[in-house]
Amino acid sequence: MNEAEFARVALPHLDAAYTLARWLLRDPVAAEDVVQDAMLRALTYFAGFRGTNARAWLLQIVRNTAYARMAQRRGVQEEPLDPDGKHEHLADPGGDPEAALQGAEVVSALHRALAALPAELRECVVLRELEEMSYRDIARVTGVPAGTVMSRLFRARQMLLRIGRDAGAKERTA
Amino acid sequence: MTDATASFPPAGVPPACEEMQLLIQADLDGELDAAATAVLAAHLRDCAGCAALQRELANLSGRLHAELRPEAAPASLRRALEARLAPAAAAPPAPGGFRRRLAPLLSFGAGAAIAASLALMLPRTGADPDGELVAGHIRALQPGHLTDVASSDQHTVKPWFDGRIDYAPPVMDFVAQGFPLVGGRLDYIGGRPVAALVYRRDKHPIDLFVWPSQGSAEPVMDTRNGYNVLRWARDGMAFRAVSDLNAKELADFARLWQGAS
Repeated sequence: MNEAEFARVALPHLDAAYTLARWLLRDPVAAEDVVQDAMLRALTYFAGFRGTNARAWLLQIVRNTAYARMAQRRGVQEEPLDPDGKHEHLADPGGDPEAALQGAEVVSALHRALAALPAELRECVVLRELEEMSYRDIARVTGVPAGTVMSRLFRARQMLLRIGRDAGAKERTA
Repeated sequence: MTDATASFPPAGVPPACEEMQLLIQADLDGELDAAATAVLAAHLRDCAGCAALQRELANLSGRLHAELRPEAAPASLRRALEARLAPAAAAPPAPGGFRRRLAPLLSFGAGAAIAASLALMLPRTGADPDGELVAGHIRALQPGHLTDVASSDQHTVKPWFDGRIDYAPPVMDFVAQGFPLVGGRLDYIGGRPVAALVYRRDKHPIDLFVWPSQGSAEPVMDTRNGYNVLRWARDGMAFRAVSDLNAKELADFARLWQGAS
């Protein structure tokens, strides 16, 4: 049956799908919702899937669903009861990333530096470093040429290094 | 690659090193071929700046790897999807099908996150069954998926649903009026199994979803993703006809049902 075959192909990549959605949306509740949406959407498209690289195929759908949700969220940011807008604000270190990088919280410092990157850069780092995808697969997921993936990855890493260096400098002068 | 070289060279980096930066990165990412690796190695021997960048990038990758692990999808999400994708393996259909879908979420734990996720999920399935029906219709249009039981005989289609759902949907054939019955299918809408009767009008397939519910007998037309959705109720059953057929002929189809006894 269609559903069973789809489950066999797609469910092994559920963690990867959730990881990407988590990092894009920076909100576990919205991420769960988006992944569920994306999986059902993928089921609809499953007949068009040609059987090569299910992970990239699936993550592309998750990524597009997440971007649609983020666009929708920006549209309703003024809504006072919008829990997503609140989460976004909390997840963003704001104008003082150094404050987030001090003390013993080394793990969360890098975490927060990555979370503060623009989404187009953040997704490249997540797909490369956490999912260990090739440039070609990242290009497929994000819908840009491999050269753009390389430049975005480099920009992202430059920014992460700069945040780390600034924090180190501040520590030394303190 | 124009994007690569145009957008990020930090001020003061010699042109030769700008070229090397992407090679350093590609090397660390395991994307560099042997020839380029040799070129890079030669450059790194002579350039302290690029050698330092290589160390920094390698260190950063190591830390990202060590500190940021892929996250496991919540068990509630996995269970919800497994239930949705494996209807055959699920328990026999029960009247509480809709609640059954939410049960995994509730057992996941208590707290604000759960309340919030329920708030996000409930209205979607509750308020927009038409969207799900259209999705079900589109899925069924894929080759070989239109019907689980292919028959133009209502006396074959109707008993096929016995034991597969907990109600007996009315099955009619309108071949004389130009809407021949093609077969039947089991679909999952709002987390519960729903009978879908499949008809054709010329080349247009029509899915008629039927489930026990009260509602207005008067047909109401709606469109979703370019598909017409016509809904009405009769004898304690809710009907939704979904098709790319034009609205007028779909309304004719509904009138046949309403006039039938």
